Amino acid sequence: MTPLAKLLEAALFASARPVPLDELAALDSDASDAALTAALQELKEHYDTDSDGHGVELVEIAGGWQILTRAEYTEAIERAQLAARPQRLSAAALETLAIIAYRQPIGRAEIEEIRGVNVGGVLKSLHERGLIDVVGRAEGLGRPLLYGTTPLFLEHFALRHLEELPRADELAVALRHMPAPIADAPSVEAEASPE
Amino acid sequence: MTTVPPELAVTVDGLPPGLARTIAAERVESSFVVELTAFSGPLDLLLTLIRDEKIDIYDIPIARVAEQFLRRIRTLGLNEAADYLEMAARLLRIKAQMLLPRGENEEWEDPRAELVRRLLEYQQMREIVDVLEHRADDRRDRFARAYLPDEPTPPQAPLALSLSELLSAVDRILRAVWQPNMHDVVARPLDVPSAIGLIRQLIAIRAQLRWTDVVQQDAPPWQVLSALLGLLELARIGELHVNQPRPFANVDIWRDVEVMAAPQPEEDAAGLTNENDDTVNTRDASSEAA
Repeated sequence: MTPLAKLLEAALFASARPVPLDELAALDSDASDAALTAALQELKEHYDTDSDGHGVELVEIAGGWQILTRAEYTEAIERAQLAARPQRLSAAALETLAIIAYRQPIGRAEIEEIRGVNVGGVLKSLHERGLIDVVGRAEGLGRPLLYGTTPLFLEHFALRHLEELPRADELAVALRHMPAPIADAPSVEAEASPE
Repeated sequence: MTTVPPELAVTVDGLPPGLARTIAAERVESSFVVELTAFSGPLDLLLTLIRDEKIDIYDIPIARVAEQFLRRIRTLGLNEAADYLEMAARLLRIKAQMLLPRGENEEWEDPRAELVRRLLEYQQMREIVDVLEHRADDRRDRFARAYLPDEPTPPQAPLALSLSELLSAVDRILRAVWQPNMHDVVARPLDVPSAIGLIRQLIAIRAQLRWTDVVQQDAPPWQVLSALLGLLELARIGELHVNQPRPFANVDIWRDVEVMAAPQPEEDAAGLTNENDDTVNTRDASSEAA
């Protein structure tokens, strides 16, 4: 490995959070962005291929780089109680996050409209977990708070950036520009004779 | 639609107890299979119903779906029920709207359209949830350096403070305040006597006045009030008469014509006092008082 790749490896090993490229640049003032990217690539390949790979890998997450253990060792590590996996998010939390991720900035009323339930408690706990934050206030009555996702959200879902999520029109049900083929020929017989 | 408790089923159906019980048990089972806590909301439940029944989302048989929806939410506790009940009410309203007769050529808006839009929107969101869930699991399976699960924040220790400590703290704070800035209420009593004096002077000169002559336009409230009280007092003791032809109109003030030279009060003002009930009239009251 090149000295720069080793330096990056040490720095990433020392950090518990993903480190963005501009922070890695502070390690060596002589290194250009291209050199850093090349060194990161070198380190990544080193972990992946060098004598059948390593127990860790280099991953690009939340606009930064992070060394993570490989998934196949998770069981053993957890069984030995060296580390614990975080709690899964509830369905309510995931639904709320999904709406916020796609519609941000978005107010509580609009989330409740889509989910059909009260989301006050979920918003509070997502905010406490640092996955969402207040990003502003809407115009209009009461100036309601608007929520958006945080860098921690990207980390939690191992996303490099928000654009990595499938675009709305790539989903099976494309919705916002839904045509309205509902108006013709409704099935009246089902209404007229309920069982 | 209704579920029959086993003991009731025996008497109603008149079947052998064993058979009746199994039928009743089946009924109970079929309507209670689904745990509502498994749903994240009324739209989730509705979508599941639609999927289970293989219903075309663009052509929902509302009557059937509403019935099944109601059957499933019967098991709900009241606290979680609110959101579901709102949806149930919505379904029943759509059902009613569907039953309304409609003309051949009448433009007809499907009452289900809004529900379909919401269901599709919800379904799209669930797809995103699947993506997120998959990615979260993927990340969960890999540890970063020194990962520590979030520690629950300990509840704050109860405040341990004795009364004397509290009092001395209050004392310290009060001492620290350089000079407590208390608000001084300056007494400004009404000056009715001098207002009366002023009105008497004016009425002596002019015999007929208006309220705006007595009170300056920008007079402070206490002067206005003094003048008003003085005026009413003078009217009460019969020294002058006060009349307001309409609400918020200017007030006419005049004195009796004891002196020959005094000019007559305006005709209409004098007439109004006797004829118009709506007028504020102190003449009668003052004459009675006198």
